[in-house]
Amino acid sequence: MAQSQAMKVLTEPLVNNNPIALQILGICSALAVTNQVATALLMSAALTAVTACSNVSISLIRNHIPSSIRIIVQMTIIASLVIVVDQLLKAFAYDLAKQMSVFVGLIITNCIVMGRAEAFAMKEPPGLAFLDGIGNGLGYSLILVLVGAIRELFGSGSLLGYQLLPLASAGGWYTPIGLMLLPPSAFFIIGFLIWGVRSWKPDQVEEAEYQIHQVHRTEVV
Amino acid sequence: MPGIISFSRDGIGYIVVIALAVCLVCSVLVASAATFLKPMQTVNAKADRRSNILEVAGLPAGPDVDVNEVFRERIDARVVDLSSGEFVEAREAENFDQRAAASDPDQSVKIPPARDVADIKRRAKNAEVYLVKDENGELETIVLPVHGYGLWSTMYGFLALAPDANTVKGIKYYEQGETPGLGGEIENPRWRAKWDGKKVYGESGEVQLSVIKGSVGSNTPNAEYKVDGLSGATLTSRGVSNTIHYWLGENGFKPLLKKLRDGDLAAQG
Repeated sequence: MAQSQAMKVLTEPLVNNNPIALQILGICSALAVTNQVATALLMSAALTAVTACSNVSISLIRNHIPSSIRIIVQMTIIASLVIVVDQLLKAFAYDLAKQMSVFVGLIITNCIVMGRAEAFAMKEPPGLAFLDGIGNGLGYSLILVLVGAIRELFGSGSLLGYQLLPLASAGGWYTPIGLMLLPPSAFFIIGFLIWGVRSWKPDQVEEAEYQIHQVHRTEVV
Repeated sequence: MPGIISFSRDGIGYIVVIALAVCLVCSVLVASAATFLKPMQTVNAKADRRSNILEVAGLPAGPDVDVNEVFRERIDARVVDLSSGEFVEAREAENFDQRAAASDPDQSVKIPPARDVADIKRRAKNAEVYLVKDENGELETIVLPVHGYGLWSTMYGFLALAPDANTVKGIKYYEQGETPGLGGEIENPRWRAKWDGKKVYGESGEVQLSVIKGSVGSNTPNAEYKVDGLSGATLTSRGVSNTIHYWLGENGFKPLLKKLRDGDLAAQG
């Protein structure tokens, strides 16, 4: 029972309850850092680490956090972890860290981290909270890497820097789609992904908040 | 519980203690990460600076190049006394931090407002210069660090000059906080390419090179002293002009460049 619950906490956010595709959280960074697979991977790793660690630390002290300052306590812990991750990246992956510039720092404001802290870690024990953090981080990573792969392949003809489609400018046949290098393309790709996931799993489709008015022939005239 | 401060879960005392404890633990974590990782970050930042220097000098600087290796082979880093234009032999460029020197009262001078065209307030007495040598050891490029205020930020960059100390070979800004898409375009390779072959000094020896408003056409007079402005970024463009005027002028590298041009310093190279 306990094991199946742990499994569920870990795998549920991958497709069934994906933070980007179902909850539509963390879109900002999904647009900004996905024009290459490498930056998408690094961002995914950073966010997964932060979510897992913040979930564990908050879960550990959940019974001691006074409810009146709980959001500030969560924020403080998350912000400290993000600074540590940023420092680590600057020490070990300087070039990529430079390309990602402010977006690592902006993990602080990523709704996924805060959302999991408030919705899960404040109630559940550290072990489960850790799995929940990893699961949600992986759900985010899945979408990010997918979008990154599509954008890099069609925008630069390469994957992880390896040239797969020879570019026309370098004597090949492939003319890259410039739009893919710009942030709006991620909007389209994420839109199509959400469409795809919801056609596959129709129970994710939200109920319409309003009814489209049926126009009768007589009214038109 | 007796006393004014109650330690119940929602009492003020309890909240303060928990808040302080969380802050203490978090600050220790952040401070130790920053301290222990500092040496590695410094190494990275230095390699990055070097790869910028190689790039502006037109040397290979891609990811598959050992930057430090190329740097050691081709570049002679020197510290120069700006007012005399002489090299300071006693100081190793390796350990000289021009930015730290500029804020140290002993190592810097205050620039009188009337002469502070680049709006940088103080400048270090000494500066780094990078002399790029070709395979035969002849001077190929002079790389000068420059900085000046744009619209929002101090823009730091390198300017590469040919051995005649007059023809521009390249410009590269590596740190700036101008508006992305407008002033931030000073990092755009297409704009940077427009600097290639421009001349710095006019016939009378004054700095003539400027970023103009609009673009330089084929019939623009004195086109060799003019670079296209960045559209939508008048103040950033003016900042770049001012930076060039200051650093290549009498208070900047001009004394050094004059010596290099006359060959006075060649023997030491």
